[in-house]
Amino acid sequence: MTAIEEHALTLDPEEARRVRQERLERIGRWLLPLAIMVLAIWLWDRICIWNDIPKYILPRPAVVLQTLFDDAGLLFSSLLVTLRITFLSLLLAVIGGVGLAVLFAQSKWVEMSFFPFAIVLQVTPIVAIFPLINIYVDNQTTKLLLCAWIVAFFPILSNTTLGLNSVDRNLRDMFRLNGATRWQQLRYLRLPAAMPYFLGGLKIAGGLSLIGAVVAEFVAGAQGQSSGLASRIIEAGYRLNAPRLFAALILISFTGIVIFLVLSLISHLILRRWHESALKQER
Amino acid sequence: MMQEKLAQAPASASGKGPMLLALRGVGKVFSNGVTALSDVDLTIREGDFLSLLGPSGCGKSTALRLIAGLATPTSGLLDWRGSSAADRSDIGFVFQEPTLLPWADVFDNVWLPLRLKGVSRAKAAPVVMEMLARVHLTGFEKAVPRELSGGMKMRVSIARAMVTKPRVLLMDEPFAALDEITRFKLNNDLLELWQDERFTVVFVTHSVFESVFLSNRVVVMAARPGRVFKELAIDASYPRNEAFRTSPDYAALCRQASDVLIGAINSTAGPHYDGH
Repeated sequence: MTAIEEHALTLDPEEARRVRQERLERIGRWLLPLAIMVLAIWLWDRICIWNDIPKYILPRPAVVLQTLFDDAGLLFSSLLVTLRITFLSLLLAVIGGVGLAVLFAQSKWVEMSFFPFAIVLQVTPIVAIFPLINIYVDNQTTKLLLCAWIVAFFPILSNTTLGLNSVDRNLRDMFRLNGATRWQQLRYLRLPAAMPYFLGGLKIAGGLSLIGAVVAEFVAGAQGQSSGLASRIIEAGYRLNAPRLFAALILISFTGIVIFLVLSLISHLILRRWHESALKQER
Repeated sequence: MMQEKLAQAPASASGKGPMLLALRGVGKVFSNGVTALSDVDLTIREGDFLSLLGPSGCGKSTALRLIAGLATPTSGLLDWRGSSAADRSDIGFVFQEPTLLPWADVFDNVWLPLRLKGVSRAKAAPVVMEMLARVHLTGFEKAVPRELSGGMKMRVSIARAMVTKPRVLLMDEPFAALDEITRFKLNNDLLELWQDERFTVVFVTHSVFESVFLSNRVVVMAARPGRVFKELAIDASYPRNEAFRTSPDYAALCRQASDVLIGAINSTAGPHYDGH
């Protein structure tokens, strides 16, 4: 039935062009980045050959791939260490960020008083704070967690605070009229309303917690106390083992991309029924 | 029960039911110095369908917020005879926009006022479903607001306001954003609901035609400062339907109300308006 209708549908040139354009864009969205990526890797390979670059300076892509397989045991156990720090710190960032945002939402006064502290914590480079943390904290994992948390919690706090304060005025009046308690208002109105903002913050924090974990390891690893991917990179750097360096780097990037995609998917699944950002454009 | 309700002759004009609420010398001045309302005297009787009609800035929405308890008057008082103003379960409020929770489905939106009073989903279900049937939304329980048309969203909003069986329904230009066909349909359905349940309605509008069609009393307000200009009794019997909408009686009443409204607009200093 629909096929017949579609067949009978004669498009004017303008509409036909639009349909063609949309089809091209759909394909191009995947194909284009993929093609550029392949081209870049090929160019990388060619540059190594053309200039006769030794593999301890710039290894060929195939060598990096080979290293990824050969050193898989070492690299993946390190990846697990980094992942553990990343996810634990993200979890703590969610708990801390949302917790503080809810606290801030209880009163403008609390927010005005404490928000500047959060900003100070955010704008001070973590590398500069680490030596202090190193003095005060003994446990290695706690050190790394604390670092990654400081880097990751702010976007969640800032976004969730904004969301909790962005409730429609009329909806707030409606809750007041129905005699809602403070807790009911939070539970049924402000938290759901803040959800899109929180998820936006979560996406940023996901990437930041990985960066935080790696940076923390770098600073700690320089003192020979860590076993995550960052220390593999430092180690490989000292030994001029460029292939392993590249392999570790690729693993980190890949992890970051996966974290982003997973968080985007979660966000889409939660918001798809109602929020503008998750809706397909309807014409 | 139902028989009794129907047996009560619908109040065709003002001054039939017992007094529900009186505004006595009510004024409201905002902190920016704007006098939204000045010395408003108004008596609302049980079973009234009372429209507040006036140009923008005449304080009709402010009056509604004062009645709802969302704002407190600067001067004067609200006299709730018999019921206390603090008991807000007696008030249903319909906003200009549907004001629904966008993440919740239709059922949850209508359940909300009961939920806030601690009524469980299972206990609320029969009441919610009945209310949805009353506004002709049976079968849409699982839809979220964005899947509904403007008119349907407004029906959900009305169902939500009515689900606690309030004695007073306050409506703030609820149909202003809807197209005319949808608005007429909602007018008819609202009147039907009102005649069955006999609650009191205070309806804010800037449409002469809507206020005359719906109300038994039209209170025309003037701006700067916001005040009651004149009250009109709409002496046409209920039920009112599409036939009434095209009758000469209706046209004459609209003409009369329109003349009063023009008087109200011209009573405000500024460029005069002759209605043409």
